[in-house]
Amino acid sequence: MMNNPFSLLGKTILVTGASSGIGRAMAIMCSQMDAKLIITGRNKARLAETFSLLEGDENLQICADLTHTNELNSLIEQLPKLDGVVNNAGIAKPLILQLTEEEDIDEIMNINALVPIHLTRLILQQKKLNKGASLVFISSINGNNCAYMGSSIYAASKSALTGFMKTVALELAPRGIRANCINPGMIETNLLKSGNIGEDDLEKDRLKYPLKRYGKPEEVAAAAVFLLSDATQWITGSSLLIDGGYTIQ
Amino acid sequence: METNDFIKNFAAQFDDTDASEITLETRFRELDEWSSLNALAVLNMIGKKYGIILKLEEMKPTNTVQELFDLVQSKL
Repeated sequence: MMNNPFSLLGKTILVTGASSGIGRAMAIMCSQMDAKLIITGRNKARLAETFSLLEGDENLQICADLTHTNELNSLIEQLPKLDGVVNNAGIAKPLILQLTEEEDIDEIMNINALVPIHLTRLILQQKKLNKGASLVFISSINGNNCAYMGSSIYAASKSALTGFMKTVALELAPRGIRANCINPGMIETNLLKSGNIGEDDLEKDRLKYPLKRYGKPEEVAAAAVFLLSDATQWITGSSLLIDGGYTIQ
Repeated sequence: METNDFIKNFAAQFDDTDASEITLETRFRELDEWSSLNALAVLNMIGKKYGIILKLEEMKPTNTVQELFDLVQSKL
């Protein structure tokens, strides 16, 4: 197809949390849409596995724990000019508030909200963004569109991203750079196994979705490709809901 | 894992039920206060204090504090 509006040809894109799950699916799909990828994650072996699944031969992998300032700075230094950034890395730690300690709050807020904030800030300060670039933040329906018991800090961190994104969208609009969030519902990744909900209860929960299933990582990846592409040059400050109809009920 | 400690930690997850009311024989699901929030609180507590991530469905067959204690003990 001539002039495919969803193509990422000629674009260089950074994806965080690319060792697994949604991040891996995003990196792979972006590479299939002809982008050059810079992928980062904490797990060296799993990051290398993602790297081996990418198309094209100009991609880069940088293993880093972005909660460590020196590693974050080192990543920024190695970055070329970017046309897209997907802040995807995130954790969930199901805990009701009474049982949440300071270190739990620090951990979740750091990875889910502060890292995207610092990364974005540093990329701007080091002038690593091309004109017309696209910033995508993986937020969640949790904290923005609905809430669940046991995820107060996760919800806080995800709605922090939404507020941050809107301001960044305004500040960067003069340069034609846009910022948007993706709000996924429950997605079939390893994150599902991290809490107290077992397979039987997950199965019951899937049926609560109008489309009777959780989302697939590739479906969130496709949304990211859409927002990263030139097709969305007039979309900024928005939150793209990908939840199988869950929040309309 | 000590039973008195476990009872204390379990009882701490209730706001309206006195700790003295809770023993190993207590059928916790029949307590007035019992709700899904308590279930979650108990699961979280077991994770934090004993390092065992118990799934809600694993806890479902237990009805007394003793049965829950035995379940957690079996996972240690």
